[in-house]
Amino acid sequence: MRRSSLVGVLQETSFYGAVAFFFVLAAFPFYWMLITSFKTNADLYNVNVTPFWFHDPPTLEHFRYLFDKTLFATWLLNSLIIGVCVTAITLVTALPAAYSLARMTGRNGEALGIGIFLTYLVPPTLLFLPLSRVIVDLGLQNSLWSLVVVYPTFTIPFCTWLLMGFFKALPVEIEEAAIVDGCSLFGAFVKMAIPLSLPGILTVVIFTFTLTLQEFVYALTFISAADQKPITLGVATDLVRGDVFFWGEIMAGALIASVPVAIAYNLFLDRFIGGITGGAVK
Amino acid sequence: MVAIADSVPKPAARFRFILERRGVLGSIMVAPAVLYVLLLVGVPFLMAVYYSLSAYTIYDPSWSFVGLANFEDVVEDPAFRQTLYNTFIFTFGSQILGLVLGKFGALVLLRPFPGRKFVRALVILPWAVPIALATVAWQWMFDSLYSVINWTLIALGVVTRSDAPNWLGTPYLAMLSVIVVNAWRFFPFAIVIFLAGITAVPQDVLDAATVDGAGFWRRNYLIIMPMILPIVAVGLVFGIVFTFTDLSIVFLMTMGGPVGATSVLGFAGFQTGIVSGDVSHGAAISLFMLPVLLIVVVAMLRFIRRREI
Repeated sequence: MRRSSLVGVLQETSFYGAVAFFFVLAAFPFYWMLITSFKTNADLYNVNVTPFWFHDPPTLEHFRYLFDKTLFATWLLNSLIIGVCVTAITLVTALPAAYSLARMTGRNGEALGIGIFLTYLVPPTLLFLPLSRVIVDLGLQNSLWSLVVVYPTFTIPFCTWLLMGFFKALPVEIEEAAIVDGCSLFGAFVKMAIPLSLPGILTVVIFTFTLTLQEFVYALTFISAADQKPITLGVATDLVRGDVFFWGEIMAGALIASVPVAIAYNLFLDRFIGGITGGAVK
Repeated sequence: MVAIADSVPKPAARFRFILERRGVLGSIMVAPAVLYVLLLVGVPFLMAVYYSLSAYTIYDPSWSFVGLANFEDVVEDPAFRQTLYNTFIFTFGSQILGLVLGKFGALVLLRPFPGRKFVRALVILPWAVPIALATVAWQWMFDSLYSVINWTLIALGVVTRSDAPNWLGTPYLAMLSVIVVNAWRFFPFAIVIFLAGITAVPQDVLDAATVDGAGFWRRNYLIIMPMILPIVAVGLVFGIVFTFTDLSIVFLMTMGGPVGATSVLGFAGFQTGIVSGDVSHGAAISLFMLPVLLIVVVAMLRFIRRREI
């Protein structure tokens, strides 16, 4: 690296400038959530002081209000119920489907797998009209169970695709050895393939859960009863009373709901990317 | 299962024999997933098509067939043409902005520096966090009275308090705002896609190019970009599909306003079909997404096929 030191300094400065830019761009809205949720209302709505820091001591009043006076705890519980049920439905259907498409159905399986994955791209905003009719026919309108029924329509395609990749990466010899030793085909799947792909299954569980937390359109369409809402919908639509936005409470709620998803994504990101790009680059 | 097999040996044995055939067991195992998707995606999709050709509203569930009348009504409505135009502006504006940010972000994060892991983890946040919640945070940042963005602009002397921009209340600024939020939401995804692609380019290819005299930019645009094009294309397909059909950002930030300036297809379909209960016209509006989706999906299929060769 033989370059004049001035050019070097300039390059370093612009590089760290770029790092700072991306850092602020990504993190500022969350910093803003954080600081808003701990500020007193008097501090929040005072335009004459620098808004980036506290001028009154930080307060927990917004969090207290959220848990005492709103349905926030109910929404958390609803989201948990939806997440657990959808994950269970997804695993029970997507695991055997992915194994079958990866191992048993050959060339047709590949095409069928792509077909299933493509349904992931059919958008909620195209399906919500007929699905809301289906939900009414099932007697599930205004109930969180409507989301338990509907969310697998995108988690199953997505997870089948991810799991197909994981199963294909397993050495087929292990299952063949089990079959030679007298294991049935289905037994080889249950006793060999599933235990060996536990990391993949864990990834799928995490992402199914986060997908259910992130969904907004179906929840907005099917549920208007406040006590049936999942957390994302509740925080985004139900903390506005009349025309007044209670920004402290809204930001506190958004913060609590965001943290687990943010952590999960960071832990499982590499597997996720490997899954959706499916080895498009080799 | 074993217990049943013991008590009724004959049919169970035959059953088992069938289960040992790969094709049969494979079909049984894939059936639940296919059925679920067929019943709750395939059938509703056909229903949506039929709705758009019927006079169905929640007040008159008669299902009578009216042909293309709904589409004619919709196309003749200037508000709808505005919506269609907005949807394209919204989609391509935010995808281009997101891709540019993603490309430069990936270049920045490729070079080791102290704290890179931490910055990388933070940069993922806009994409990971539920978009409805992040949108609400942005809405607060764009607030007409307490906008932190305006506060900063005023403090820097760019604008005065009296002529500070009303971000979500002025047509062009409102469109700019929803585009920025959507680009902000997608750029981490673009970064991750670019990073995955770039790190997969074999080092010896790059070394060979360097030896042959290719500089940084030529390596970048003549070697890396063509090699990562498939992976970027897959990422772009996701971006386009989810942006073109998006409802939540517009719904939460602007409600399509001011006066329809940020109304997009997903939002207009929701307002007409769900809020007003005019299901048939709502379905017709939503179906205008289909041509774009089809084009994008065909492009994606081509890339998947290329991958297999």
